[in-house]
Amino acid sequence: MCLALPARVVELLPKLRAIVDLGGVRKEVSIDLVDDAQTDDYVIVHVGYAIGKIDPEEAQRTLALFAELSAAQNTLQPSQNMREML
Amino acid sequence: MKYIDEFRDGDSARRIAAKIAAEVRPDTSYSFMEFCGGHTHAISRYGITGMLPPNVRMIHGPGCPVCVLPIGRIDLAISLALDRGVMICTYGDTMRVPASDSLSLIKAKARGADIRMVYSAHDALTLAEQHPDREVVFLAIGFETTTPPTALVLRDAKARDVRNFSVLCCHVLTPSAITHILESAEVRQLGTVPIDGFIGPAHVSIVIGSQPYEHFAEEYRKPVVITGFEPLDVMQGILMLVRQVNAGRAVVENEFSRAVTPEGNLAAQKLVSQVFELRESFEWRGLGEVPYSALKIRPEFAAWDAERKFELHYTSVPDHKQCECGAILRGVKRPADCKLFGTVCTPESPMGSCMVSNEGACAAHYSYGRFRDVARVDIAQAAITSIAK
Repeated sequence: MCLALPARVVELLPKLRAIVDLGGVRKEVSIDLVDDAQTDDYVIVHVGYAIGKIDPEEAQRTLALFAELSAAQNTLQPSQNMREML
Repeated sequence: MKYIDEFRDGDSARRIAAKIAAEVRPDTSYSFMEFCGGHTHAISRYGITGMLPPNVRMIHGPGCPVCVLPIGRIDLAISLALDRGVMICTYGDTMRVPASDSLSLIKAKARGADIRMVYSAHDALTLAEQHPDREVVFLAIGFETTTPPTALVLRDAKARDVRNFSVLCCHVLTPSAITHILESAEVRQLGTVPIDGFIGPAHVSIVIGSQPYEHFAEEYRKPVVITGFEPLDVMQGILMLVRQVNAGRAVVENEFSRAVTPEGNLAAQKLVSQVFELRESFEWRGLGEVPYSALKIRPEFAAWDAERKFELHYTSVPDHKQCECGAILRGVKRPADCKLFGTVCTPESPMGSCMVSNEGACAAHYSYGRFRDVARVDIAQAAITSIAK
């Protein structure tokens, strides 16, 4: 029910509506709840409404954390160093 | 797809699983409740349970709006459609929820009721504008994720004075449900449901932020990790909870920082508070009456409130006697503990609400996990034994 997917804004339309692209599928949604959304932003779409935006830097940071986990696994004593990374 | 595929990588999941296995203490048991149906679904679909050490147990919570919607609310919508000729618009998830008299919205539709499945609240308002001669009611269900869109259509319906449109509001609140679970006898006194921490909601938290959970961490000493719905998010969230438990900490952490901020979506919160106010009490399937756990439409919008407009009175209806949805929603029982599970109650013909939505604990277990419980039989060995007989 709370299913929502990240989609890229491809075109801003009048009346706080926008066309978003989700893996090649285009759909018109409302950006009334995220009125500062710009073209190429990734918004989180739920029941036809963008309810939030993806912060690309934070996404990168989370992915880097997964990657560091693997790099750290072989070289570091786990628990202590992991906690510092978090 | 960007921001999805990279959070579903199997190798990374196995590495996080190895970290979890390395960090859990063998003499400690870890029971974490995932509140959201979205997490329940991810845990079943991606086989996350199978990647966890035996002493880490996930307990499914009541965060599936379809599952907690009581029969009496669906009955109200069905009677509006069947007895009063109203066009009911609703999200697809609610169509098959079992109601009284062996009915559901989809069965009522088969009897001639005008029931429309909509993708968005916006579509319901559009239908009302296209059919000015009909009364159109939007059956609005969902947690804080789904509430702001309903608030927007109520605002627009009032602004455009669409008089034949109204909303049957069944919106519920996450924090009050978590409080209710933490205050329940099973958790506080009996200890039958041990909870050492919460996987906190993903998309609900985009709207309400991470602050509302601080209370649970402080007051109840339960760690909360707000976690995305992708499998790597869930694995990482579990790892973060294990670390908090090991360190004796109980704070709110945010794994889903790419979308959740401490304060949430303030514009959405403001809009919701302009249109809705707290309901004194609301019945949840499985949890019973929970005070201040739901929203109702403010008096300024009374003309668009279906409960006032059609003078609806809610009547509580008990569940099927053998249905264990209530106990499953409280984390007391697991789907396989129910006699009806997988026999008379299946996703094709659900008896209880947890089998309806794919986020329901029973539907998720039925789709992805039911064969795991079946004892393995060595076919060759069984054949030899039977020949020997």
